[in-house]
Amino acid sequence: MKVSYFPGCTLKNKAKDLDLYAYKSAEALGVTLEEIENWQCCGGVFTTANDEVATKLSSIRALKYAGDKEQPLITVCSACHNVIKQTNYEMQTNSQFADKVNRYMANDGTYNGETQVYHYLEMLRDLVGFDTLKEKVVNTLKGKKIAAYYGCLLLRPNSVMRMDDPENPTIMEDFIRALGADAVVYAKRNECCGGYISVESPESAKRNSNAIIENAKANGAEMIITACPLCKYNLVKNGADIPVVYFTELLAEALGVKEDTNA
Amino acid sequence: MHNNKYLQEEIIRISGVNPSKCMRCGKCSATCPAYDEMEYHPHQFVNMVESGDIEPLLNSESLYKCLSCFACIDRCPRGVQPAKVVEAVRLTAIRKKGANRMTADAVPAMVDEDTPQQLLVSAFRKYTK
Repeated sequence: MKVSYFPGCTLKNKAKDLDLYAYKSAEALGVTLEEIENWQCCGGVFTTANDEVATKLSSIRALKYAGDKEQPLITVCSACHNVIKQTNYEMQTNSQFADKVNRYMANDGTYNGETQVYHYLEMLRDLVGFDTLKEKVVNTLKGKKIAAYYGCLLLRPNSVMRMDDPENPTIMEDFIRALGADAVVYAKRNECCGGYISVESPESAKRNSNAIIENAKANGAEMIITACPLCKYNLVKNGADIPVVYFTELLAEALGVKEDTNA
Repeated sequence: MHNNKYLQEEIIRISGVNPSKCMRCGKCSATCPAYDEMEYHPHQFVNMVESGDIEPLLNSESLYKCLSCFACIDRCPRGVQPAKVVEAVRLTAIRKKGANRMTADAVPAMVDEDTPQQLLVSAFRKYTK
């Protein structure tokens, strides 16, 4: 299976592990990630105002690129996924916005949100299948107690993301179980780490992040996994004393392809 | 100078939110991870826009405390979407000459060796126009 892949700014820089292990693991699962040519940064945060157009064009170019190749668009970073899915939804549901965009991008023809967008976790669940994944595991993570940290961007707003139950999600826990480990379920797994507030108010990010780490540990977690470089940064920066790793790294380890990489 | 009626209509228009749907339950503020940092809380944004009391919001630091986590949007029992109101007021404030809150010159002092690019692009998206 070939899919279009949008890595995003951080995956080519500070979150190289998230990117590299995504490639390696996909390959082991029979999926080829075809990186979009000349992709542009999604901007990190979706601007909800109706009259914002320019800030959404980079996502639309990526969506259209995948659409022209008749491929689903896969993202790994929680923020890219959130921005691109919300932009696509706006193209589907706001005809005034779609008209403005299509007239602005006249040379590119028209686009009205036809491309299917999947987070890498959704790809594993819906296109590969967790049962298939389970069969491909060579290094079982049996006995490891792992807490999934969803954060805010993976699941919300649910009316658009449609990834899982936003208050009682299971996709990351099912992923952890497919790799043979024990999933630690805790209350704060879908609460915000503080995001970009750490630029202006590190104390505030620290309070949010600490509450998440303490809650995961109190429920027995030995490790936290995330799909978001900013979540990882905030949790690690604010004193996580258990490992915080990208879910793709755990996947590569279980699939036995981690050692092949130079990360 | 824009009058409050114009600003109120503009904020309602660009947010797409109908503030009169709010039933004052306060769930948005109760679930907000930035609640403690805010002078005006999510439910107050909705109520003050409804009553046309816009100026205090435009001048409040609370605009820059919203984390865009969408918790208030998902958890509102009336589908009001308070974060969209906060966003619309914030844009109204920073779409003004000289109102950018962050400059590229300030970045070197903010970063450490692990700072993800995502942090900076997100902050620029929220603080500048």
